[in-house]
Amino acid sequence: MQRAEVELLRMTPVPAAAVLPSVSKRRTVAGQLTLAAIVLVYLGVILLAPIVALVVETAEVGFGPALEAVMTPDALSALTRSMLLVVIALAVNTVVGTLGAVVIVRHRFPGRRLLSALFDLPLAVSPVMIGLGFLLLVGRDGVFEPALVTLGLKVVFSFPGLVIGTLFVTLPYTVREIAYVLEEIGTSEEEAAVTLGASPFQTFFRVTLPNIRLALGYGLLMTAARTLGEFGAVLVLGGSISGQTQTATTFIHDAIEERHLAGAYGMAMVLAVVSVALLLVLEFAKSRRQPATAGKAGT
Amino acid sequence: MKIRVENLSKRFGSFVAVNNVSFEVDSGSLVALLGPSGSGKSTILRILAGLESADSGRVWFDDEEATHAHARSRGIGFVFQHYALFRHLTVGDNVAFGLDVRNVPKDVSAKRASELLQLVGLGGLEHRYPAQLSGGQRQRVALARALAPEPKLLLLDEPFGAVDAKVREELRQWLRRLHDEVGVTSIFVTHDQDEAFAVSDRVLVIHQGGLEQSGTPTEILDEPATEFVASFVGEVNVFSSVVEDGKAMVGELHAPLRGEHTEGPVRLVIRSYDLKFWRDDQGVATVERVVTLGDRVRIHAVLDGAGPIVAQFPRRSSLLKGIESGSRIAVEVTSARTYPVEAGHAQV
Repeated sequence: MQRAEVELLRMTPVPAAAVLPSVSKRRTVAGQLTLAAIVLVYLGVILLAPIVALVVETAEVGFGPALEAVMTPDALSALTRSMLLVVIALAVNTVVGTLGAVVIVRHRFPGRRLLSALFDLPLAVSPVMIGLGFLLLVGRDGVFEPALVTLGLKVVFSFPGLVIGTLFVTLPYTVREIAYVLEEIGTSEEEAAVTLGASPFQTFFRVTLPNIRLALGYGLLMTAARTLGEFGAVLVLGGSISGQTQTATTFIHDAIEERHLAGAYGMAMVLAVVSVALLLVLEFAKSRRQPATAGKAGT
Repeated sequence: MKIRVENLSKRFGSFVAVNNVSFEVDSGSLVALLGPSGSGKSTILRILAGLESADSGRVWFDDEEATHAHARSRGIGFVFQHYALFRHLTVGDNVAFGLDVRNVPKDVSAKRASELLQLVGLGGLEHRYPAQLSGGQRQRVALARALAPEPKLLLLDEPFGAVDAKVREELRQWLRRLHDEVGVTSIFVTHDQDEAFAVSDRVLVIHQGGLEQSGTPTEILDEPATEFVASFVGEVNVFSSVVEDGKAMVGELHAPLRGEHTEGPVRLVIRSYDLKFWRDDQGVATVERVVTLGDRVRIHAVLDGAGPIVAQFPRRSSLLKGIESGSRIAVEVTSARTYPVEAGHAQV
């Protein structure tokens, strides 16, 4: 009976070209081209046009003055602060993302689905709103204010506030990427490692981690991009105090407010260059991933 | 290593996966756990491996209790249905993994990996990645990997389930030869009776979490202990019947029974090759369909007052003369077995 089924399966596929007349095939190609054109125009308007406008405007101001404006102490301090936030976000999300994903995918406990949903919360909730929530907790007259005062810690309108806001908005990226891959690959490789005598430590570092390495990299790239671009959370919790809590994005905002266009364009260009660099790294990682997962080659 | 399993039970929620199963496996033998999917055979294997823990019951490896031993310290090799090769490691590193995690020097483990790949017929493929191999090759790598740490027990979960029919047949014969060469006690799970009978020394038939019968392939085929075993192995006809004077009556047909039999209602099981059909206009059945299967012919007929009956004959059998769709035939039962009527079976 099994054999009969196999035979049947072999017979069913019908070559599409044999059935469809060539006219409708040509029509399909035309349709596909139209669709592609629509998508490209849309992307052009919504993505490329602003970037081109930025470059043109910067050129008008002059690249020299723009670059000079970024080299001022305030601008450099904002840029350094943003980079420091990136480093912290990467370090924390590497650990939290990996552990969080392992817990929500591999472990079974009551409330697991709720936890999984909580990791997505920052995607759904406006960072400004959460910033406000934190203010109510740790700001003036906040619930934790007395404790923080006793400890001599200043969270709001200081660097720790920026860190909290950044960690909140970047929480989902590594967890999501890794959880998806863990779900995909299943547990059999890990079980195989255990039956071969590997300790939990060896299983994680020799089997699990290599399998989620690329997903972690993806998640971290997005974390970095989000950290550099975040505005709302760092503004509400940091207050954009020049030389203290100003980041690259809030620097741009303040520069525009002050009609200091060279500084705004210069900083925007720096962020754009870093973003493009991150994108290129992402694409490179993608092309590296292909051969490993591509199907059978020969034999 | 000798395996002894005592009163093993396992539930998943309200589903009873394994129900009070006990058996023994002789050292050095190759044993099949045979049963339909969902019968609990894979769960038994995973409990033996330590990948699943039993709710109750004990597992003994030789004279040592292994019920609560951790999977990594059981000294077993496990082969997964979908290979479970480490995709980021080369074939050579996959096979050497079990030695590397024990801190065997790299050159020693690599040498052993090469020898094992030679053994499974994949010498020279050390530097390939699993994605570059065919299904049959991957499963042989998985086997070499499981054998590398010299396990005392090899467990294989539907090892050939994911490869196509022709490769499966080759792998079966190859597994048997490999087992004879290596001599490690092996237990494999399959839902394919041909596979179980072709490869193993003993077969354990599992049904609904329980052990129905254990024996050599011949014993299982010739002396099926329960109606389930009788109808699961091979093509059979099952009738509700009544025994009178040592004969089971099915419609107009009287099946002679050998040995002791209780009179009264029974379930009658007749294998498709324990029947004789021949053309007879005064016969007791009508042919519905004649199907040619290579060197054999299967005849579907309807037995008067009893329903469908199926028989198989060699294609050149003289009995087939004049038999075609619609013809009346006489039926003779050469061998049949009866089983007690279980609750739930409707009486005819």
